[in-house]
Amino acid sequence: MTEITIGILASFGAIFVLLAAVGLIRMPDTYLRISVTTKAATLGIGLLLVAAAVFFKELSITTKVLAIILFILLTAPVSAHLIGRASYFSGVKLWKGSVLDDLKGKYDKSSHKLKSDIEEAPEKKANKIGED
Amino acid sequence: MTLYDFLYYIILPILSISEILIIIRFLQGPSIVDRVIALDLIITTGIGIIAVYSIITNRPTFLDIAMILALIAFLGTVAFSYYLEKRNK
Repeated sequence: MTEITIGILASFGAIFVLLAAVGLIRMPDTYLRISVTTKAATLGIGLLLVAAAVFFKELSITTKVLAIILFILLTAPVSAHLIGRASYFSGVKLWKGSVLDDLKGKYDKSSHKLKSDIEEAPEKKANKIGED
Repeated sequence: MTLYDFLYYIILPILSISEILIIIRFLQGPSIVDRVIALDLIITTGIGIIAVYSIITNRPTFLDIAMILALIAFLGTVAFSYYLEKRNK
Protein backbone atom coordinates (compact mmCIF):
# COMPACT_ATOMS: atom_id res chain seq x y z
CA MET A 1 0.00 0.00 0.00
CA THR A 2 2.77 2.39 0.95
CA GLU A 3 4.65 1.52 -2.23
CA ILE A 4 1.59 2.25 -4.38
CA THR A 5 1.17 5.63 -2.66
CA ILE A 6 4.83 6.48 -3.25
CA GLY A 7 4.54 5.42 -6.88
CA ILE A 8 1.48 7.58 -7.51
CA LEU A 9 2.98 10.61 -5.80
CA ALA A 10 6.32 10.26 -7.63
CA SER A 11 4.55 9.76 -10.99
CA PHE A 12 2.48 12.92 -10.62
CA GLY A 13 5.52 14.87 -9.43
CA ALA A 14 7.61 13.73 -12.38
CA ILE A 15 4.78 14.50 -14.82
CA PHE A 16 4.41 18.03 -13.46
CA VAL A 17 8.17 18.65 -13.64
CA LEU A 18 8.16 17.37 -17.25
CA LEU A 19 5.22 19.69 -18.05
CA ALA A 20 7.17 22.61 -16.57
CA ALA A 21 10.18 21.77 -18.78
CA VAL A 22 7.99 21.46 -21.90
CA GLY A 23 6.31 24.76 -21.01
CA LEU A 24 9.69 26.44 -20.63
CA ILE A 25 10.54 25.30 -24.17
CA ARG A 26 7.17 26.02 -25.81
CA MET A 27 5.98 29.27 -24.18
CA PRO A 28 6.35 32.27 -26.52
CA ASP A 29 7.21 34.93 -23.96
CA THR A 30 9.54 35.53 -21.01
CA TYR A 31 6.69 36.39 -18.65
CA LEU A 32 4.76 33.23 -19.50
CA ARG A 33 7.92 31.21 -18.88
CA ILE A 34 8.21 32.82 -15.43
CA SER A 35 4.67 31.69 -14.61
CA VAL A 36 5.56 28.12 -15.64
CA THR A 37 8.58 28.12 -13.32
CA THR A 38 6.56 29.21 -10.32
CA LYS A 39 3.47 27.02 -10.59
CA ALA A 40 4.06 23.67 -12.28
CA ALA A 41 7.59 23.12 -10.98
CA THR A 42 6.64 23.99 -7.40
CA LEU A 43 3.77 21.48 -7.42
CA GLY A 44 5.93 18.77 -8.98
CA ILE A 45 8.80 19.18 -6.53
CA GLY A 46 6.35 19.26 -3.61
CA LEU A 47 4.83 15.93 -4.68
CA LEU A 48 8.27 14.30 -5.09
CA LEU A 49 9.35 15.48 -1.63
CA VAL A 50 6.08 14.22 -0.08
CA ALA A 51 6.83 10.83 -1.70
CA ALA A 52 10.21 10.83 0.09
CA ALA A 53 8.50 11.70 3.39
CA VAL A 54 6.00 8.84 2.97
CA PHE A 55 8.85 6.43 2.20
CA PHE A 56 10.99 7.18 5.28
CA LYS A 57 8.15 7.52 7.84
CA GLU A 58 10.25 9.31 10.49
CA LEU A 59 9.34 12.49 12.28
CA SER A 60 12.70 14.21 11.71
CA ILE A 61 12.67 13.55 7.96
CA THR A 62 9.02 14.58 7.61
CA THR A 63 9.84 17.84 9.37
CA LYS A 64 12.78 18.40 7.06
CA VAL A 65 10.64 17.74 3.97
CA LEU A 66 7.91 20.09 5.21
CA ALA A 67 10.54 22.78 5.81
CA ILE A 68 11.84 22.41 2.24
CA ILE A 69 8.30 22.54 0.79
CA LEU A 70 7.42 25.60 2.87
CA PHE A 71 10.64 27.32 1.83
CA ILE A 72 9.98 26.65 -1.87
CA LEU A 73 6.36 27.79 -1.55
CA LEU A 74 7.51 31.03 0.07
CA THR A 75 10.45 31.84 -2.20
CA ALA A 76 9.10 30.88 -5.66
CA PRO A 77 6.62 33.81 -5.93
CA VAL A 78 9.14 36.28 -4.50
CA SER A 79 11.86 35.33 -6.96
CA ALA A 80 9.35 35.27 -9.84
CA HIS A 81 8.20 38.79 -8.96
CA LEU A 82 11.77 40.08 -8.72
CA ILE A 83 12.90 38.57 -12.01
CA GLY A 84 9.71 39.72 -13.77
CA ARG A 85 10.27 43.25 -12.54
CA ALA A 86 13.88 43.19 -13.70
CA SER A 87 12.85 41.87 -17.13
CA TYR A 88 10.18 44.58 -17.47
CA PHE A 89 12.80 47.24 -16.79
CA SER A 90 15.32 45.74 -19.18
CA GLY A 91 12.71 46.11 -21.94
CA VAL A 92 11.74 42.52 -22.68
CA LYS A 93 8.86 42.67 -25.16
CA LEU A 94 5.50 41.07 -24.45
CA TRP A 95 4.18 38.38 -26.76
CA LYS A 96 2.26 39.81 -29.72
CA GLY A 97 -0.86 37.89 -28.63
CA SER A 98 -0.90 39.51 -25.18
CA VAL A 99 -4.06 41.53 -24.68
CA LEU A 100 -3.35 43.82 -21.74
CA ASP A 101 -0.28 45.54 -20.28
CA ASP A 102 -1.34 47.11 -17.01
CA LEU A 103 2.04 48.70 -16.33
CA LYS A 104 2.29 50.51 -19.68
CA GLY A 105 3.39 54.10 -19.09
CA LYS A 106 3.20 53.79 -15.32
CA TYR A 107 6.82 52.90 -14.58
CA ASP A 108 9.40 55.65 -14.48
CA LYS A 109 12.27 54.03 -16.38
CA SER A 110 15.01 56.14 -14.81
CA SER A 111 14.01 56.20 -11.13
CA HIS A 112 12.25 52.76 -11.13
CA LYS A 113 9.24 54.11 -9.28
CA LEU A 114 5.67 53.04 -9.94
CA LYS A 115 3.14 55.76 -10.60
CA SER A 116 -0.25 54.46 -9.54
CA ASP A 117 -3.69 55.92 -9.16
CA ILE A 118 -3.44 55.78 -5.38
CA GLU A 119 -0.54 58.19 -5.41
CA GLU A 120 -2.36 60.72 -7.57
CA ALA A 121 -5.51 60.69 -5.46
CA PRO A 122 -4.28 62.90 -2.56
CA GLU A 123 -3.23 65.65 -4.98
CA LYS A 124 -6.69 65.72 -6.57
CA LYS A 125 -8.24 65.91 -3.12
CA ALA A 126 -5.93 68.74 -2.14
CA ASN A 127 -6.80 70.62 -5.33
CA LYS A 128 -10.50 70.23 -4.67
CA ILE A 129 -10.12 71.50 -1.13
CA GLY A 130 -8.09 74.44 -2.44
CA GLU A 131 -10.80 75.30 -4.99
CA ASP A 132 -13.48 75.30 -2.36
CA MET B 1 7.84 -4.53 -10.66
CA THR B 2 9.25 -3.23 -7.41
CA LEU B 3 9.30 0.37 -6.31
CA TYR B 4 13.06 0.46 -6.92
CA ASP B 5 12.63 -0.53 -10.57
CA PHE B 6 9.77 1.90 -11.07
CA LEU B 7 11.74 4.83 -9.68
CA TYR B 8 14.99 3.84 -11.36
CA TYR B 9 13.71 3.07 -14.86
CA ILE B 10 10.71 5.42 -15.22
CA ILE B 11 10.80 8.38 -12.84
CA LEU B 12 14.51 9.22 -13.05
CA PRO B 13 14.55 9.14 -16.91
CA ILE B 14 11.51 11.47 -16.99
CA LEU B 15 13.29 13.91 -14.69
CA SER B 16 16.47 13.64 -16.76
CA ILE B 17 14.57 14.39 -19.99
CA SER B 18 13.01 17.46 -18.40
CA GLU B 19 16.47 18.57 -17.24
CA ILE B 20 17.76 18.25 -20.82
CA LEU B 21 14.81 20.30 -22.15
CA ILE B 22 15.53 23.03 -19.59
CA ILE B 23 19.21 23.05 -20.57
CA ILE B 24 18.17 23.57 -24.23
CA ARG B 25 16.27 26.69 -23.14
CA PHE B 26 19.28 27.73 -21.05
CA LEU B 27 21.55 27.56 -24.10
CA GLN B 28 19.25 29.23 -26.67
CA GLY B 29 17.36 31.70 -24.42
CA PRO B 30 16.89 34.97 -26.30
CA SER B 31 17.38 37.25 -23.30
CA ILE B 32 19.45 36.91 -20.14
CA VAL B 33 16.25 36.71 -18.06
CA ASP B 34 15.33 33.45 -19.80
CA ARG B 35 18.69 32.03 -18.81
CA VAL B 36 18.18 33.05 -15.18
CA ILE B 37 14.75 31.37 -15.12
CA ALA B 38 16.20 28.23 -16.71
CA LEU B 39 18.99 28.16 -14.09
CA ASP B 40 16.40 28.45 -11.32
CA LEU B 41 14.39 25.59 -12.82
CA ILE B 42 17.51 23.42 -13.29
CA ILE B 43 18.24 23.67 -9.56
CA THR B 44 14.58 23.07 -8.64
CA THR B 45 14.49 19.93 -10.79
CA GLY B 46 17.74 18.89 -9.12
CA ILE B 47 15.94 18.98 -5.76
CA GLY B 48 13.37 16.53 -7.15
CA ILE B 49 16.10 14.24 -8.48
CA ILE B 50 17.78 14.29 -5.05
CA ALA B 51 14.46 13.36 -3.38
CA VAL B 52 13.97 10.38 -5.72
CA TYR B 53 17.60 9.34 -5.33
CA SER B 54 17.35 9.40 -1.53
CA ILE B 55 14.41 6.96 -1.83
CA ILE B 56 16.36 4.68 -4.18
CA THR B 57 19.52 4.55 -2.07
CA ASN B 58 17.60 4.65 1.27
CA ARG B 59 19.72 7.52 2.58
CA PRO B 60 17.69 10.41 4.04
CA THR B 61 20.86 12.50 4.55
CA PHE B 62 20.63 13.60 0.91
CA LEU B 63 17.60 15.73 1.77
CA ASP B 64 19.90 18.18 3.63
CA ILE B 65 21.58 18.93 0.30
CA ALA B 66 18.13 19.48 -1.26
CA MET B 67 17.40 22.11 1.39
CA ILE B 68 20.68 23.94 0.75
CA LEU B 69 20.08 23.83 -3.01
CA ALA B 70 16.64 25.43 -2.53
CA LEU B 71 18.32 28.22 -0.57
CA ILE B 72 21.00 28.73 -3.22
CA ALA B 73 18.41 28.86 -6.03
CA PHE B 74 16.49 31.62 -4.26
CA LEU B 75 19.63 33.61 -3.44
CA GLY B 76 20.93 33.27 -7.00
CA THR B 77 17.69 34.50 -8.56
CA VAL B 78 17.46 37.45 -6.16
CA ALA B 79 21.07 38.45 -6.80
CA PHE B 80 20.69 38.17 -10.59
CA SER B 81 17.50 40.27 -10.64
CA TYR B 82 19.08 42.89 -8.33
CA TYR B 83 22.10 43.35 -10.57
CA LEU B 84 20.02 43.27 -13.78
CA GLU B 85 18.00 46.18 -12.43
CA LYS B 86 21.18 48.05 -11.45
CA ARG B 87 22.67 47.52 -14.89
CA ASN B 88 19.78 49.19 -16.71
CA LYS B 89 19.64 52.20 -14.42
